[in-house]
Amino acid sequence: MSTASAAETTSAIEIPDRPRTLAEKVWDAHVVAKGENGEPDLIYIDLHLVHEVTSPQAFDGLRQAGRPVRRPDLTIATEDHNTPTIGIDKPIADLTSRTQIETLRRNAEEFGIRLHPLGDVEQGIVHVVGPQLGLTMPGITVVCGDSHTSTHGAFGAMAFGIGTSEVEHVLATQTLPLKPFKTMAITVEGELRPGVTAKDIILAVIAKIGTGGGQGYVLEYRGSAIRSLSMEGRMTICNMSIEAGARAGMVAPDETTFEYVKGRPHAPQGEDWDAAVAYWKTLATDEGAVFDAEVFLDANELEPFVTWGTNPGQGVSLSETVPDPATIADHNERAAAERALEYMDLTPGTPMKEIAVDAVFMGSCTNSRIEDLRAFASIIKGRKKADNVRVMVVPGSARVRLQAEAEGIDKIVEEFGAEWRFAGCSMCLGMNPDQLAPGERCASTSNRNFEGRQGKGGRTHLVSPLVAAATAIRGTLSSPWDLENAPDSVRVEEVAR
Amino acid sequence: MDKITVIEGVAVPFRRSNVDTDQIIPAQFLKRVTKTGFDDALFFQWRQDPDFILNQPAYQGAKILIAGPDFGTGSSREHAVWALRDFGFRAVISPRFADIFRGNSGKQGLLAGTVPEETVEKLWELLEAQPGMNATVDLVEKTVTVGELTVPFEIDDYTRWRLLEGLDDIGLTLRDEARITEFEATRESWRPRTLPIRSA
Repeated sequence: MSTASAAETTSAIEIPDRPRTLAEKVWDAHVVAKGENGEPDLIYIDLHLVHEVTSPQAFDGLRQAGRPVRRPDLTIATEDHNTPTIGIDKPIADLTSRTQIETLRRNAEEFGIRLHPLGDVEQGIVHVVGPQLGLTMPGITVVCGDSHTSTHGAFGAMAFGIGTSEVEHVLATQTLPLKPFKTMAITVEGELRPGVTAKDIILAVIAKIGTGGGQGYVLEYRGSAIRSLSMEGRMTICNMSIEAGARAGMVAPDETTFEYVKGRPHAPQGEDWDAAVAYWKTLATDEGAVFDAEVFLDANELEPFVTWGTNPGQGVSLSETVPDPATIADHNERAAAERALEYMDLTPGTPMKEIAVDAVFMGSCTNSRIEDLRAFASIIKGRKKADNVRVMVVPGSARVRLQAEAEGIDKIVEEFGAEWRFAGCSMCLGMNPDQLAPGERCASTSNRNFEGRQGKGGRTHLVSPLVAAATAIRGTLSSPWDLENAPDSVRVEEVAR
Repeated sequence: MDKITVIEGVAVPFRRSNVDTDQIIPAQFLKRVTKTGFDDALFFQWRQDPDFILNQPAYQGAKILIAGPDFGTGSSREHAVWALRDFGFRAVISPRFADIFRGNSGKQGLLAGTVPEETVEKLWELLEAQPGMNATVDLVEKTVTVGELTVPFEIDDYTRWRLLEGLDDIGLTLRDEARITEFEATRESWRPRTLPIRSA
């Protein structure tokens, strides 16, 4: 394999002589064959992440057709959706879950795929594992049979979820036939106040553009508020792009990105590193490039955010009240709000902060990285959780768990009265033993508040790790600003409580 | 995918319209981890009835299903095509197919041909007069023959070509394999590799 010079791309097409967006640049560099007459382009896939739920039939399809995996060296598998987060040394009780896990292990063995199974030090949520190993990097294409693959766009990669037939297609050909996406700029300018985080930005964005607002688009997050976020924060934002209906979300790579990738196990080394960084620096959207749509958000005014309904677009600032559906003009949205309030058992006009919860879930591919756990721990340190609130803290990967333990976070969690678990998707989705009971209400750092998502009849309020921590302390939905003796890192004096 | 030219075998006069994919294969079978072995799941509810047409001895080993209009409506599940295929069907003839089902069929090597409603009625009458008789579906000539009756069926040219050539989506892409290989030769060496394993 040749080492191409720094700013050179490998495109099979002619690069247009006009300013291009980040998304267009990454796309253009991966076109194997340009589609004509409305046919899709054939796009090369640099990294294919695999997990147990959406891969079995894809491997079975290969087997039937007698096809090998074209590039096992661009493919990696882990177990996350079905795995328990306690008693991980025991056989998995649920038969379907166990079968899917065992099937993945057999398939990985048969097709020569690298697998990090439950119990392995690199096991974890697939979208935590890729970045942590340094496999996720700027300017690449990433796919996985999981909608939250958009997470990896935080690095300036083009990353999106695919279906099982497409998983088989990538396994067999390392390509996908795709039609180009439209582009949308989401510009967030200003400075976040202490206690306001990336999660609040993305919840506010989704509330603004709606759960269908991003359909057909790749979102590019830009502006000073995005630039000042850590990689963890950018991943949280890109992760939830799918909740706005978008296929992917991206952030242009910068020094923060390079710093995060550098030195990780699979990061480029030596001359490769220099060539990569030189190329990555060319990826940012050109001056004068045109987006198909643009959205602006003021970061200065943002407050901790929370959802009240059953889709991620149904959210308000924590200082507000449960909205009255009667005030919603759009007929369909009003009906949806009425249904949501009935399911959530909420009354219009109730201050969000008076809503008591039964559970707090700190985890998921949205918020389970080390920075998220540190933020949560910084609030709960030396305190006790509210009585009658079950609090579960689930690191995104076995590595994150180890790192957190090295920093003493496990002790802080346990002294707080919360459960410290092993890595996995856990209570984000009702596919493993971690579930809400019918009627239970949960403040959750995950990404979907759909009916029954966290367990049949469960009620979900999406929040940031800081809000999750404050809520676990007070027992009602709470902002870190509401805490007595809050740490300086989240204290805002001028905010009215 | 096997190339299809002429399919000859027992044909089933399936006097039902609006056969949705939930009837073709109920949701409880979607949890499986394979793409084959769905023959037992096909029309699971209807097969509980001993008189159901596919339970009758005359129709064992059937290869051709001749159904009423709006076949394959409802859920997009690819399993519906897998179940028909696993049961032994190679062709379904109907006056009208749901779009997603027709698309899935083409991708999975199941021939879905359309004929006018009055033609289906004629085919049913012939087949019912002599249960278990063979029919012939000729993809080259685009005809269905039952006994003395030969009628044309319709299928779009692209799908017909794919079936004649035995090309699934992957097969189609692999016709461009030389271009994929060429592209791979130009990929920069900094791009990620999962193997050999490097750990922290």
